[in-house]
Amino acid sequence: MYVAVKGGEAAIEAAHAWLAAARRGDPSVPELGLAQIEQQLALAVDRVMAEGSCHDRGLAALAIKQARGDLIEAAFLLRAYRTTLPRFTPAEPLDTGRMRVLRRISATYKDLPGGQVLGPTFDYTHRLLDFALAAEGAPPPPPAPEAESGVGPMPRVSEILAAEGLMRREPAGEEAPPPDLTREPLRFPAPRPLRLQALARGDEGFLLGLGYSTQRGYGNAHPFVAELRLGEVEVVLCPPELGFPISIGEVTVTECQMVNQFAGAGEAPPQFTRGYGLALGHSERKAMAMALVDRALMARELGEEVLAPAQDEEFVLLHADNVEATGFVEHLKLPHHVDFQSELEKLRSIRARVEAERAAPRAEAAE
Amino acid sequence: MRPGFADPVLDAQAAFRAVMQAMARPGTVQRLAAAPDAPPPIAPAAAAVLLALADADTPLWTDAPEAARGWIAFHTGAPFVAAPEEAAFLLATSAMPPLAGLRAGSDEAPQEGATLIVQVGALRPGAGWRLSGPGIAEAHRLAVAGLPADFPAQWAANAARFPRGVDLVLAAEDALAAFPRTLRIAEEG
Amino acid sequence: MLSRPERLALLARASAAELAAAMAAAAPLPPHRRLRGPEVGLTMLRGRAGGDGAPFNLGEATLTRCSVTLADGTIGHAWRLGREAEAAEAAALLDALLEAAPARAEALLAPIAARLAAEAEAKARRAAATEVRFATLAAMR
Repeated sequence: MYVAVKGGEAAIEAAHAWLAAARRGDPSVPELGLAQIEQQLALAVDRVMAEGSCHDRGLAALAIKQARGDLIEAAFLLRAYRTTLPRFTPAEPLDTGRMRVLRRISATYKDLPGGQVLGPTFDYTHRLLDFALAAEGAPPPPPAPEAESGVGPMPRVSEILAAEGLMRREPAGEEAPPPDLTREPLRFPAPRPLRLQALARGDEGFLLGLGYSTQRGYGNAHPFVAELRLGEVEVVLCPPELGFPISIGEVTVTECQMVNQFAGAGEAPPQFTRGYGLALGHSERKAMAMALVDRALMARELGEEVLAPAQDEEFVLLHADNVEATGFVEHLKLPHHVDFQSELEKLRSIRARVEAERAAPRAEAAE
Repeated sequence: MRPGFADPVLDAQAAFRAVMQAMARPGTVQRLAAAPDAPPPIAPAAAAVLLALADADTPLWTDAPEAARGWIAFHTGAPFVAAPEEAAFLLATSAMPPLAGLRAGSDEAPQEGATLIVQVGALRPGAGWRLSGPGIAEAHRLAVAGLPADFPAQWAANAARFPRGVDLVLAAEDALAAFPRTLRIAEEG
Repeated sequence: MLSRPERLALLARASAAELAAAMAAAAPLPPHRRLRGPEVGLTMLRGRAGGDGAPFNLGEATLTRCSVTLADGTIGHAWRLGREAEAAEAAALLDALLEAAPARAEALLAPIAARLAAEAEAKARRAAATEVRFATLAAMR
């Protein structure tokens, strides 16, 4: 048996050249610019930043262009690029309570301080294809209407319930920096900060499916969106050479607080608990799914029975990362010629044995 | 405050290359052409190694005074630890800390052993200790001025716990040599 | 007078063009030397469980930092989200200049502050226009 150990270079080069041409498409169609992707495919950029776990709109747009719009491939490219950069001082936790809010809604309270602010949402669109958009070259839409903005605070809905003692308070943070799965491999049982990091970079589709499963009975959830907010938060960090915190810019994030009933266990009285979702960019579905799954994964800590897939942290956390998942699924395309040859030989020998056994009784009967 | 590498990318690569060569050919003396002008008492070669290798993920221990520590922190971002046994990298500008007290990694993760940079008086190839081990074809000789008298015994104990152990970089002015934990030292004349 | 954190926050948000304009207004510029960078790296962004609980790592963000020194030893620093190396160096130089003459900061950086305030105001007004005004029947309350 001969095993090819080298070859295919010319074929690979030709494939790359074709890929480059296919990426560009018909040259008579104008080339897509990064600014166009950043501005007009903004939610794709946000998803790639969230799953690529790196906030940089320009890099995410470049990754989308290079990946021909394959967003998982783009997240992979962004993850790979971020490993080439040094890590400087970590930022202080984002203060989402001081968010410059673009959108904020609550499904639990109609009238709440700060109001229901819809922001730029698909929610009330009719999902009818708008053929007017197909006619390119139309003038830009008129500027969105403006209104006098109140300067009132926007307290968290969870805080309103917590003040009444009906909402489980979050345990205070520890002094030590939170565990970081980009530095240490996942270990189980995983503390909540590690779970939240894994979910924040997890695949939106996978989390959506799991979140949905908790609503359909796989995990005993009856969730309400206490609050969903989208907006800009300040990034603050403390450079060692300055010794005081400074603000270095803003990032847009989406935050979801999902309220769930809790029957109470042991010392804990019946109360509401919350699942939490936070995603880079405008990623509502992601933040909501993350909040559902976060709550489901709290089953062990709250003394609930772990019965459903969404409550099983090994199942969820080890399979939520689409870059890892795609690597392992797609590696099956790589040559397995030798492995397969051995499977083939094994199968042939089994068949030969079975056929021999079948042939033997007939031979006996014929006698 | 003094600057770091004149060319942060190329000079760091050159320093990395020098350490790699030194580790691959234990006991050979490498010279760093573009070492940074570090505050005293940090030797230029030791400064180059730290700037190339240390970062925010590598806890660092040093006996260097405050001004020198400030320079290291500014350019590497490495966090300082007070206890030598907690450090991933150590820079000894005067007395070498005992090797037995440093991080040696585990059989499962020997790469977690510490790298100790010791500033010494001089490195003279062709004389002194007879070195052997992986990376040395026959034997190589190196005389090191300024290590503690019991260093060969400490080193033998360090080598004996392989794959665990501490790796050593010796720096003298702009020159460096490395003793990976696989190196064996014989004290014959 | 602007505090140094306020000044650094404005320099972090200024566009390359705004920094160039501020430098032109501050001319003549003294010579400076790069101390560190400009270099692009990452900062780990963190959130808090439930918004107010234990911190967790959310994901990284690119940032560019630069530190420069003037002939008299004054040091200026810049830390900015994003990957604009030249802008980071300009911001560090302006920080050094204003470290030596803090009283000039307000005037020099006023256009940046004004643009940021106008943008924030426009967004707040647009958000306010999408606030729901419920028409509730009194009897249902």
